[in-house]
Amino acid sequence: MSAVAPGQATSTVLQEPANLRLTRRRSRVVRERVIESVLFLAALVSVFTTVGIVYILVKESVVFFQHVSLVAFLTDRQWTPLFDDAHFGIMVLLSGTLTSSAVALAIAIPLGTIIAIYLSEFAPFRLREVAKPFLELLGGVPTIVYGYFALLFITPLLQRIYPDLPGFNLLAAGIVMGIMIIPYVSSISEDAMRAVPMSLREGSYAMGATRFQTATRVVVPAAFSGIASAYILGISRAVGETMILAVSAGMQPNLTFNPLEPAATITAFIVQVALGDLPHGSVGYQTIFAAGLTLMLFTLACNIAGHALRRRFRESY
Amino acid sequence: MKVTELRELIRRRKRWDTVFMLVGIAALMIGVLTFAALFVDMALDGMGRLSWDFFTNFPSRRPGQAGILSAWVGSTLVMLTTAAFAVPLGVASGIYLEEYAAKNWVTDVIEINISNLAGVPSIVYGLLALGLFVYQFGLGQSILAAGLTLALLILPVVIVATRESIRSIPQGIREGAYALGATQWQVSKDHIIPYSMPGILTGVIIGMARAIGETAPIITIGALTFIAFLPPAPLKAEPPFVSFEWLFSPFTVMPIQMFNWTSRPEAAFHQNAAAAGFVLVLMTLAMNGLAIWLRYRLRKRIKW
Repeated sequence: MSAVAPGQATSTVLQEPANLRLTRRRSRVVRERVIESVLFLAALVSVFTTVGIVYILVKESVVFFQHVSLVAFLTDRQWTPLFDDAHFGIMVLLSGTLTSSAVALAIAIPLGTIIAIYLSEFAPFRLREVAKPFLELLGGVPTIVYGYFALLFITPLLQRIYPDLPGFNLLAAGIVMGIMIIPYVSSISEDAMRAVPMSLREGSYAMGATRFQTATRVVVPAAFSGIASAYILGISRAVGETMILAVSAGMQPNLTFNPLEPAATITAFIVQVALGDLPHGSVGYQTIFAAGLTLMLFTLACNIAGHALRRRFRESY
Repeated sequence: MKVTELRELIRRRKRWDTVFMLVGIAALMIGVLTFAALFVDMALDGMGRLSWDFFTNFPSRRPGQAGILSAWVGSTLVMLTTAAFAVPLGVASGIYLEEYAAKNWVTDVIEINISNLAGVPSIVYGLLALGLFVYQFGLGQSILAAGLTLALLILPVVIVATRESIRSIPQGIREGAYALGATQWQVSKDHIIPYSMPGILTGVIIGMARAIGETAPIITIGALTFIAFLPPAPLKAEPPFVSFEWLFSPFTVMPIQMFNWTSRPEAAFHQNAAAAGFVLVLMTLAMNGLAIWLRYRLRKRIKW
């Protein structure tokens, strides 16, 4: 570098015609702009996905609701869309969805929370390093495999305790679903608890509190917004879960809140219809979009609630 | 209060610590044991069917001769298509949001939208694909339609991983490059993308592991459960040597094959389902394990 005097370098640049430099700079600016627009379009794909989902669901549902009144959809106590005497009472499918989700959450929320508190406040460092990835693996198992497990392992196991249990039931499906959801609940809750500053814990210990008291009375309340949003994620997972229910809960619509019975859920119904060959454009074809819209609205409500909770209870340290 | 009373009180309170420790370990063990039971159950049931023939046979009415050839070929092709769409789109979105996006309402909309999409049930993506790809675009029940569906499904995973990875690159790297006169794209291309590559790769693997096990959206687009032929080969003897006909071919995938066998009443088919499930679990475990290992190495090695 020292071989070239500074003045010389400048003069070579200056020898270049000014208009050539200008074109080069301009083409560079243009190229940068083009690249930025391409990247922006890529980012917009996810927005288009949402728009597409809403558009398709609403478009097909509008046709559906021209055949079926909204009142009948919400209040009818039968769901027989493929029969000659068609009834479209979404309550029937909702009962299956709510019952199985309740069983799943009754397992996932307590266990997930306990695991999160244990890993964040009690467990030695090494155990945590092993347990976290392991739980992630549990969440990564394909749901169809869980479905097989619920139908051919958990159900026979439950039948030993309760011999009258039918081969298809919401209980086994719900239990397996709950175990599948544990990692979602525990990992987000644990992250929230670990984000609580150490000084709060130290303050608590300095006042003479035990570990358990510190965990339950200081850390958990301080991390409440994160823990609540973990629960909400768990709820939306449970409501949207499909294959476990399609395989092991049966596909018979059944208005029941008894987990010992077989019942179809919204998601299982969609799978059932998709497996048959319904002609495109028939009312049966449109019911799955109406069912999907119900599901989408439910999870959207969950997402919004989670967002609001986080904003409302967010503590800043 | 006397000292003895105080000691008693402390002891009682500390007992709760121990109780909770035990409860915590028990809760963890429930997860571990379930996983072990699932793995062992599947291995024991399916072991008898796992042989070379199982991988090279088409599905069949006779459970003893049925295999997963069309399923694993279908899964591989669908995964290739998914990766071809999800990786460039996800990485580009991540770079845009981290490096280019201005702080305005458009960016806010995109960000809120991505976190919302991550919570949408996978079967809803199936409905989107059924209405849009299968009928509106006329792609039919093809590998392309399935690949696009799964690509949209894992897009949030790839975007989030890309963003997190980019965010961990210190600002000084960018400033150094800009100080030397690099343009924004040169900084992204020569610095941001290479340095965030391991993190992006981890996200892509986790996304693909999720996509390979997804059943519901692919059933929803109407994929057939019984396929006894392979899609057209991608390579040909005569020019132009490559063919993309396979993109429009009907197909089946591993989880659908497993679902088909699980939902039959005969126990012999359940054995096939267990064997297919075992292969599927091994595949997802291997992918997730690779991702975890990558992340672990990454955290250890990088020191800015």
